[in-house]
Amino acid sequence: MLFDQIARSFLLAEIVKGMGLTLKYMFKPKVTINYPYEKGPISPRFRGEHALRRYPNGEERCIACKLCEAICPALAITIEAEPRDDGSRRTSRYDIDMTKCIYCGLCQEACPVDAIVEGPNFEFAAETREELYYNKEKLLENGDRWEAQIAANLAVEAPYR
Amino acid sequence: MPKLTINGIEVEVEQGTSIIQAAEQIGIEIPRFCYHDKLSVPANCRMCLVEVEGGPPKPVASCAMACGEGMVVKTDTEMVHKARKGVMEFLLINHPLDCPICDQGGECDLQDQAVAYGYDRSRYHENKRAVADKELGPLIKTTMTRCIQCTRCVRLGEEVAGVTELGLMHRGEDVEIDTFVEKAVSSEMSGNMIDVCPVGALTSKPYEFKARPWELSKTESIDVHDAVGSNVRIDARGGEVMRVLPRLHEEINEEWISDKTRFAYDGLKKRRLDRPWIKNEKTGKLEEADWNEAFTLIAEKMKSRKADKRAFIAGDMIDVEAMVAAKDLAEAIGGAALECRIDGATFDTSSRSGYLFNTSIAATEEADAILLVGVNPRTEAAMINARILKAVRHNKAKVGVIGKACDLNYAYDHIGTTAKDLEAFKTSKAAFAKAFKAAKKPMIILGMGALQGEDGQAVHALAHEIAKTYKVVKPEWNGFNMLHNAASRVGALDVGFAQDDFYIGDASFVYLLGADFDTSFLNSKAFVVYQGHHGDLGAHRADVILPGAAYTEKTALYVNTEGRVQQTLRAVMPPGDAREDWTILRALSAFLNTPLPYNTHQQLRDRIVKEWAQFGTLDVVPSETWEAFGKKGKVSKDVIAPAYENIYMTNAICRASETMKACTQEFFLSKQEDMAEAAE
Repeated sequence: MLFDQIARSFLLAEIVKGMGLTLKYMFKPKVTINYPYEKGPISPRFRGEHALRRYPNGEERCIACKLCEAICPALAITIEAEPRDDGSRRTSRYDIDMTKCIYCGLCQEACPVDAIVEGPNFEFAAETREELYYNKEKLLENGDRWEAQIAANLAVEAPYR
Repeated sequence: MPKLTINGIEVEVEQGTSIIQAAEQIGIEIPRFCYHDKLSVPANCRMCLVEVEGGPPKPVASCAMACGEGMVVKTDTEMVHKARKGVMEFLLINHPLDCPICDQGGECDLQDQAVAYGYDRSRYHENKRAVADKELGPLIKTTMTRCIQCTRCVRLGEEVAGVTELGLMHRGEDVEIDTFVEKAVSSEMSGNMIDVCPVGALTSKPYEFKARPWELSKTESIDVHDAVGSNVRIDARGGEVMRVLPRLHEEINEEWISDKTRFAYDGLKKRRLDRPWIKNEKTGKLEEADWNEAFTLIAEKMKSRKADKRAFIAGDMIDVEAMVAAKDLAEAIGGAALECRIDGATFDTSSRSGYLFNTSIAATEEADAILLVGVNPRTEAAMINARILKAVRHNKAKVGVIGKACDLNYAYDHIGTTAKDLEAFKTSKAAFAKAFKAAKKPMIILGMGALQGEDGQAVHALAHEIAKTYKVVKPEWNGFNMLHNAASRVGALDVGFAQDDFYIGDASFVYLLGADFDTSFLNSKAFVVYQGHHGDLGAHRADVILPGAAYTEKTALYVNTEGRVQQTLRAVMPPGDAREDWTILRALSAFLNTPLPYNTHQQLRDRIVKEWAQFGTLDVVPSETWEAFGKKGKVSKDVIAPAYENIYMTNAICRASETMKACTQEFFLSKQEDMAEAAE
């Protein structure tokens, strides 16, 4: 018993075993990715940064029904509405405080016109809090930028909604 | 008194009670759209179907079926459920699915009942019908596609407002609510159509898309735009009043309020005084100041003027607390004249029965002959006019008018236009005088218009005489009424804020307590302090301005024209540096080295109740003993002018309101233009 122990420590068995494992993984495909140049896959249901969408003709979808504001458990959404010049119901203010948001996705579930959505973007860290107070302009810009992907995700999810 | 059973509960009701009312009495809810307990029963929505055992084997409309002896009613059976679902499905066939953009969303009868009693999906795939929207003026927005033809708005117009402006046109699928010729609904109670509409077909135009019912904080308060003291609910969001709705009070406003009460709230956000201002003596311009500077200056000026040259004038929307504080302050500094009747009315204030609406608003509908003197109740107190309309419709009451002919929504005998005609009425043998003599419950309503001349006291005495001649006051019926226009007036008279032997033009120190009137007759050298909430007529003349709180921003007492004490509750905070009025006077008293003996609102209330016990109990109409009042004298031959020309511009809040401006244009100026055209 004692001999066995001494032999192991002199022949560096643990190190050889450990290095062996390392050697084995050297030939296996690697699991890490080279973020930010590479990114992992995300689900079409991923709840990332918010966006306000438009219809294909450029008309904003949001009709200021305020259901998202009502359901938001973190009270992160603030909406003010008034009639637009053409008489239609539109928001004059649509703010999301991203520092309050808990990314639960209830706003996009409440939305009757698929206007507010949580898109696939998760890289919107900022250096100041102020940058995370999103207004309508910022949200619509997000919508324009991510529309293709958001629309594809919604189409994939459509059968389950 | 039939006895019936509803869902196994036995109930005894009065003869003529409908099943829906009986069910309500024992707390069983029956869904309904067209039925409204203040309107007639058309039974056209069919939502209130119930099963009556022993009757015909079909559901019965419970709103139109009177309770019978031994009836067995069931509201929760298979047949009823099926009937309700069927009715709901028919109603929703043509109702658009636009709840997210509908202002009624969240407080919609159709929405609630569709969830509670309807199917959860649609079987209808054809096109829905579309109806062109109607233009009903600056107050009501229409989306007629949403209309379910319950005709509540039509019945409200006919039965409560007394003007047939909306009606049902065409038939079958083409049926529409319309004004026949395109014009604005010009009733002074048109806003109530918005309330009775069970769907989003009629919604408020000024409130359009502004807020949702669930995000509003609701405060039960009272209205101060007229002296009726209508009970209202103030809906606010984040320090901003979003809308004003009526609150049920059977003895005052029932379920209605006038358009001014409902829509003038946007004036609360404009032209507000939010900090003290002092006029620069050299440039004559107002400059921003802080409270200390303002109070120091006022104290200095107030002390330097003689007591008989000082005056405190209370405006139309000032609360009792502020007036009592002002009165105490005036006493503490050695005296000052106190006056509240900024409209120039003079009358005897010694007897309470002489300046109250003694009959009470609710009892007005029992009257069988009504003499209106210098008053247009339709514009000055729309709620009381609704009661008079009821008296005319239900009791066949006769109405006589002395004063300028006006557009009332019931027929009346025009007896004369001057106070002389009132004198002649004493011995008149005309048809109305006979009817007035024979009446069991006659009423005289004396308006401010009749008292605004120099002969106010004489007219007041004359009215007393007529009350005596025609036996208007009986042991069980006091038919003498004075109708005030200002919410503060009766409270002011109660606390002694009236002085007959004083001419304001003589005063060299004038403290305007929210008093906005034509200040041109004030002494040009007088030092004027304005304390109030709007930069209006009073503030234009002021040397110092102190920012006060409007009625939505303070908890305060008001007395309505009946003598009923009510209180407002604070719904939002006053803007900027503005404070509740009594606190400003309390702070000023410290600068005069005569601090008033109360530091909290409760202490002030206690002080008020100690001297005037009636302020201790809210919402009670006192019955006053009938005494002599007025000073006999010669009455003038001038035509009695109405108290207001334009009812939409009567106080500082209205004058700041865009909605009231639109109403003035639509209902007042355009009418005048029409009349001018007709005259040509």
